[in-house]
Amino acid sequence: MTAVSRTLDQRFRYLYKPVVFIACLVPLLGCIGGILRSNRLASVPGFELGTDPVRWVLDTLGKTALNLLFLTLLISPLRQLSGDVQLLRLRRMLGLFVFSYALLHFLTYVGPFEAGSWTEIRKDLAKRPFTAMGFAALLLLLPLAVTSTDKMMRRLRGRWQRLHRLIYLIAPLTVLHYWKMLKHEYREPLVYGSILVALLAFRAWRRLRARAPAVTAAAASARAQRLTSRCGPPKARGKV
Amino acid sequence: MLIRRPSGVRPSQITSEALYLNRRTVLAELLAGGACAAVRAAHGAEQAPPAATLQYTRSTRYSIADAPNTYEEITNYNNFYEFGTDKTDPARHAGSLRTRPWSVTIGGEAEKTGSFDLEDILKPHALEERIYRLRCVEAWSMVIPWIGFPLGDLLKRFNPTSKAKFVEFTSLADPKQMPGLRSDVLPWPYMEGLRIDEAMHPLAFMVVGLYGRELPNQDGAPLRSMAPWKYGFKNGKSIVRIRFTEGQPRTSWNTASPSEYGFYANVNPAVDHPRWSQATERRLGGGFFASRQKTLMFNGYADEVAGLYQGMNLHRYY
Repeated sequence: MTAVSRTLDQRFRYLYKPVVFIACLVPLLGCIGGILRSNRLASVPGFELGTDPVRWVLDTLGKTALNLLFLTLLISPLRQLSGDVQLLRLRRMLGLFVFSYALLHFLTYVGPFEAGSWTEIRKDLAKRPFTAMGFAALLLLLPLAVTSTDKMMRRLRGRWQRLHRLIYLIAPLTVLHYWKMLKHEYREPLVYGSILVALLAFRAWRRLRARAPAVTAAAASARAQRLTSRCGPPKARGKV
Repeated sequence: MLIRRPSGVRPSQITSEALYLNRRTVLAELLAGGACAAVRAAHGAEQAPPAATLQYTRSTRYSIADAPNTYEEITNYNNFYEFGTDKTDPARHAGSLRTRPWSVTIGGEAEKTGSFDLEDILKPHALEERIYRLRCVEAWSMVIPWIGFPLGDLLKRFNPTSKAKFVEFTSLADPKQMPGLRSDVLPWPYMEGLRIDEAMHPLAFMVVGLYGRELPNQDGAPLRSMAPWKYGFKNGKSIVRIRFTEGQPRTSWNTASPSEYGFYANVNPAVDHPRWSQATERRLGGGFFASRQKTLMFNGYADEVAGLYQGMNLHRYY
C-alpha cells in the first residue's frame, strides 16, 4: 500500500466513517431523548415530540429509513462520477442503518401505535395494501442485512450482487408505502418518486452506454456488408 | 397649576374590565386549578391554559367527566388544511387570519336571510362550556372544553322553512390569509353539512371559545361547529356562510374521496376507514406508552343521538 492510499484509508476509517455513523444515530437518539422527556422519565436533550409523540416517532423513524435508503442508492452514481472508491465502503453501514430504522419503525407500529393488537395488525396487513407494502419491504431488507458481512460476500460471489439488486424492488415499495399512507398529500412522495426514477434512469443509461460501443461497431459492420452486397465494390461492378 | 402625575399604578397592574366582570369564574377557576394542576402535571403539560376572558356557565348535562387535554395540546395539533396539511401548520400560520370584522351570510330555505355581523350573530346567546370528546377520522382523539351555544338556537332565529332539510356550512377561503389554499388537496372553500335534525339536536354546538377564552385561530376562530358524535372533519371552521338546503349539500372530503369519507361520518367502531381500523383510537395526551382505547359508538353519545338514525344502514351511510 502506498503512503497516499494509507492516509486515505486512515482518514476514512477514523474520520469519515465515524462521522457518518454518528450522523445516522442522531434521529434515533433524538427520538429516545424525546420519549424520555415527554414521559417525564428523564430531562435529557431530544426532539420536541408534540401532542402525538407516537405518531411523531413512527413518522421520523420511517422517514429516516427512507432517506438513508435513497442515500445508499446515491452512492454508486456518486462513485462513478467522482471515481472515489472509498464511498462504496460507506454503503454497507448506510444499508444496515436503513434496515435498523425500518425495523424500529415496524416495532413502533406494532408496539406503541397498534398497542400490540395482533388482530388489528393482521387486519391491517390483509386489508390495507400500504401496510403490506411496507412490511414486504422490511422482509426483503432482511436477506440483504444478513448477507452484508465480508464472509457472506465471499461465499455468495456473483450471486451476492444479484441478491442485492432486490433494492430496486425495495425502493419503489417503500415510496409507494409512504405515498399510500398519506391522506391525499402527494407532493413529497412525488419528489421521492422522481428522485428514484432519476437514480434508476442514470443506472439504465450507464448500462446502455457500457454496451453501446459494441452495438455501434456491429451495426456499422452490418451496414457495410449490406452496402457491399447490394451494390458491390464500384470497381467490381465495372468489370461485370 | 400643578398637574400631578397619576398614581404609581402601571397599566399592566390594572385589572382588565373583562377580568373584573368575570371575577367569580376566575376565582372558581383558581380554586379548581389547585386540583387540576396535579392532574395536569401527571399529564405532562408544559403550560397552564391562559386565564379565562369569556363569561360563561358550565354545562354538566352535556359534559363528560374525563380530564380535558391541555390548552397546548389542543392548539398545536390541528387539521385545518387552509393553513397547511401538517398538524402543527395551523398553529404556525393561522396568526395571519383576521377574525374581526367578520360577517356570516345566511341563505337558502329560511325566512330571514342576508349578511350578519358576527356581533349580531352572537349577541342573543348565553355562552356555556361543554367538555366534549373529539374523535378524528384518523383514529386519534382528545377531550376539549369548548365554549359556545347550541347550534339549533342560532339556526331557529332565521326561521328555516319546511323545505330546509339540510344545513350547509362554508368556511372562509381567502388565499391572502390562508397559505394552505395554494394546495389542491381539497376542493375549496371547505364545505360541510348536517341534516337539519342533526343540526337542531341539543348536542350540536356552535363554538366561539376554548378554555374560557376566545377560540384561537388555529381551532377555527371566530365561529366553528361541533357535532361531537361525528368525526372531526364534519365540523366547519371559520364559518362565513350558513345555507339551508333541500338537497344534501356537497361536502369537501366527501367530494375529494367518497369511498373514504361519507356524508354522515358518524363515529362508528364497526365501520372501518378503507386504510385503517376505526375500532380503537389513540387518546392523545397520555405520552408515548399510552395504550389504545376502544372507540365508542357515536363517540359515546349513542344514548342521545342513536334515535336520529333509526332504521338506517350505517354501513351504507357511513
